[in-house]
Amino acid sequence: MLKLLRQCAALTALNVRTLPQRPGSSAVAVVGIAAVVAVFAGVLSMAAGFQKTVAGSGAPDTAIVLREGVTTELTSGLGLEQTRIVANAPGVRRGDDGQPMASAELFVVVDLKKKSGSTASAALRGLQPAAFAVRGDVEIIQGRTFEPGRNELLVGRAAAAQFTGLDVGSSIKFGQQDWQIVGIFAAGGSIFESELWSDVRVLQPAYRRGTSFQSVRVKLQSADSLGELQAALAADPRVQVDVRSEQDYFAEQAEPVVRFIRLVGYPLAILMALGAVFAALNTMYSSVSARAREIATLRAIGFGPLPLALATLAESAVLALLGGALGGALAFFGLNGYTGSTMDQSFSQIVFDFAVTPELLRQGLVAALVVGLIGGLFPALRAARVPVATALREL
Amino acid sequence: MKYLGLIWCNMWRKRIRTTLTILSVLVAFLLFGLLTGFKNAFQVGDSLETAERLITVHKVSLINMLPVSYTERIKRIPGIAEATHATWFGGYYQEPRNQFGQFPVDPPSYLAMYPELKVPEQQLARFMANQTGALVGRAIADQFNISVGDRLPLFSTIWPKQDGDRNWEFQVEGILDDNSPNPITNFLLFHYEYFDEARGMGRGTVGWFIEKGDGSRSNTDLAADIDLEFANSPAETKTTNEAAFAEEYAKQFGDIGLIVTAILGAVFFTILLVSGNSMSQSVRERIPELAVLKTLGFSSGSVLAMVLAEGVLIALIGGLLGLGLSVAALGQASKALAALLPLGMGLSPGALILAVTYMILLGLVSGALPAVQAMRLTIIEALGRR
Amino acid sequence: MTESLVQVREVSKHFQKGKETVEVLHNLSLDIPAGDFMALMGPSGSGKTTLLNLLGGLDKPTTGGVSVSGRAIDQLSGNELAAWRAHHVGFVFQFYNLLPVLTAARNVELPLLLTDLSAAQRKQHVATALSVVGLADRAGHYPRELSGGQEQRVAIARAIVSDPTLLLCDEPTGDLDRETATEILTLLQALNRDHGKTIVMVTHDPQAAEYARRTLHLDKGTLLEAQAA
Repeated sequence: MLKLLRQCAALTALNVRTLPQRPGSSAVAVVGIAAVVAVFAGVLSMAAGFQKTVAGSGAPDTAIVLREGVTTELTSGLGLEQTRIVANAPGVRRGDDGQPMASAELFVVVDLKKKSGSTASAALRGLQPAAFAVRGDVEIIQGRTFEPGRNELLVGRAAAAQFTGLDVGSSIKFGQQDWQIVGIFAAGGSIFESELWSDVRVLQPAYRRGTSFQSVRVKLQSADSLGELQAALAADPRVQVDVRSEQDYFAEQAEPVVRFIRLVGYPLAILMALGAVFAALNTMYSSVSARAREIATLRAIGFGPLPLALATLAESAVLALLGGALGGALAFFGLNGYTGSTMDQSFSQIVFDFAVTPELLRQGLVAALVVGLIGGLFPALRAARVPVATALREL
Repeated sequence: MKYLGLIWCNMWRKRIRTTLTILSVLVAFLLFGLLTGFKNAFQVGDSLETAERLITVHKVSLINMLPVSYTERIKRIPGIAEATHATWFGGYYQEPRNQFGQFPVDPPSYLAMYPELKVPEQQLARFMANQTGALVGRAIADQFNISVGDRLPLFSTIWPKQDGDRNWEFQVEGILDDNSPNPITNFLLFHYEYFDEARGMGRGTVGWFIEKGDGSRSNTDLAADIDLEFANSPAETKTTNEAAFAEEYAKQFGDIGLIVTAILGAVFFTILLVSGNSMSQSVRERIPELAVLKTLGFSSGSVLAMVLAEGVLIALIGGLLGLGLSVAALGQASKALAALLPLGMGLSPGALILAVTYMILLGLVSGALPAVQAMRLTIIEALGRR
Repeated sequence: MTESLVQVREVSKHFQKGKETVEVLHNLSLDIPAGDFMALMGPSGSGKTTLLNLLGGLDKPTTGGVSVSGRAIDQLSGNELAAWRAHHVGFVFQFYNLLPVLTAARNVELPLLLTDLSAAQRKQHVATALSVVGLADRAGHYPRELSGGQEQRVAIARAIVSDPTLLLCDEPTGDLDRETATEILTLLQALNRDHGKTIVMVTHDPQAAEYARRTLHLDKGTLLEAQAA
């Protein structure tokens, strides 16, 4: 056993040391595999980034209440009375002032011009005063928050970065109304940073919504109070609502986009990997045939066919891992943190950062290794089976 | 042509290598076809009809509704020949993931606006006589196995009936076909009158308007006039031509075009490396033979041409096979996703020509460098290279 | 007196080897009449292969002129030379230089691809050439399936298939055993006597030179006359 390993090690070292003599075909395998891994990591980093932003937008102790049977805020509708009932239900935390930490909200979709020139939509959300208590991680990073009763907007960081005309101090017109931008906020990198906020009581008349809302966001007494709240509201005949934890809600929201990207990304990666396998096969076959004499001589000397085959496989694996690392590095340094945006189910733009996660890199390396092993298998068998006499005759 | 035999035999000098190269090229063009088809699904294209029609939506957002009374005001604008409206019903069939377009419309004016939509006379007559009737597009009918006479329940995620129930029921009275070059039939039409009476909110409003000019004025002017008519009203409008509208919408998904181009760039670069390397090896092995051909009287130019032709032949074989596979796959996928992607995923003639051009370029470029290097050697040097 | 088929006039050939200039042929003049079978002998480095290359238009003299059938081939451009070679010269090399990917028949056919003959006509010429060298039954074999002698005969068939004026052979028997060499030399002799081919053969083997009509000796780039056979 040990002898076998030593033979393998010696032969692998020999193979690898002679790699620089075959720069062309070795480079082909490395680059081919690097391309596969880079594209794979790149495309899937979109899904990872989107999921991170959207799914990470939910807090564990916050619940979102929507009208029964509805899956998104946009299509939900709640009356004023219903929101009051929800706010006062058991399970909802109360602030130091004794008031429930609940914010009944409404949002509309507005058209804005992107800095790149094209038009896109964003969410203009009306909040109640308690919203900031419910959303614990909101930080005003420029200017101030909106004053109740006024046409003032507090703009999310990501929205301000993506669209033109959202600087503090400027004003913007939606429909008939002028709005003043008074501040920019950050919210832990969550999806809310793509929104524009204002007082819900100003938004409602501006968009002729009377006293209707779409959702109520509440802070739970504890993460376990969700069940209590759900039971209480289910039992109350005055309201027909669905209560979800914010995290579940956002996970659901992200799902279609994430699923779609993955649906496209994985098959794409598999196809590319197939191409890479052919490239790797080509490289390894030419490597074996270029060294046919060498291999035959080694066999004549006494090295067994198994170590020779394993050494060829190892050579292929080394090239593949090099390619995988290169591709991963390309994806990481090129795309990680790159800002993209797409539309969500409410037809508004969500800004997210591409996330080349360690998990993706790991998957990429594994894929590269698999490609390398498959690509090295048949050439390895050939290396082992070359009839010594025939090969030596090639001298 | 008589050189084809020589080129063919040379190509197969190392069968495995050539096969693997062809397979690599095949995969590259399979990807090209699939990705280009995918990208095309998001482009409405520029058929004459779509450039002729205008779409008017609420200026603030296409989600907001517009008063149906605007229809008459639009028709009175000079230069407008026809105007009609439609609304997004937002329903699904049986399961939430079976969403597709359903539009309550005014059938006579809507069907006149879209003359490419065809429905058999008998079916149309029955539809007109049945307020809860529906005309189902061919693609939807095929995907969900729906036929004339079927009961069609739809759950609207947006519109409740007056009793709060969101379950609506229709009877399928006819099947719609589209005989334009890019047929779109993944939708359903029903009566606005019924819809407006039965719905529990938003009465008297519609989602958007569609207009057509009589040819006396440009579309740009007409669009400007329409928007001017409703400026400073509670519901301002934004009018663009249909193709531009669809493109703007598709762009919101993200720059699909850019992503696809980037990926294809990476793929082709790699394939070029692979086939270039393959060709390099092949030519280098053959330098003495190429010299022999020159001793026989083949000019440098013709030897070079044969080497390049070999590269092009390999690229064409692999590329055409890959492209063919992608076309077949896209056809299947389009059928399965008809509800989601109206245009299906197909390859335009332009894309096919582009693909073949790439194949030829690939062959030429991968063969060029090694061929030129080989040609630089004099015959004697080349012969001596044993 | 008829003009010689090949006329070499005061030809010199220099090669650059780094900084040094090596003079391989020195002011050489030579006449080869049509129908001649000339052996060219000399020690290695004497320039015999170089002279052969000049005769075949594979190389150009540094000074002096070479003309074949009255045409000054040293004045022709690369493409003109290629065309000229196709019609006027046949080469036979020491290592046969057949294309391994082609059958014997297709190898022989190669020079004919440069002509305007139809496929049927080409096939006929190939058949004729192969039967002249006695290999009609091996037409469909690949070079790796043939013995050294058979390969050389295919090479000869290829050299004569387009009916060239001049047959240039560079050590044609250098890689063959005595018996096979004899067969080849006999064949060359027959081509010369019965078919009137003009042959120039470079060889280092005096026994091979016996088959020629006359032998010329080259030493350090100049000719030494020798007795005709």
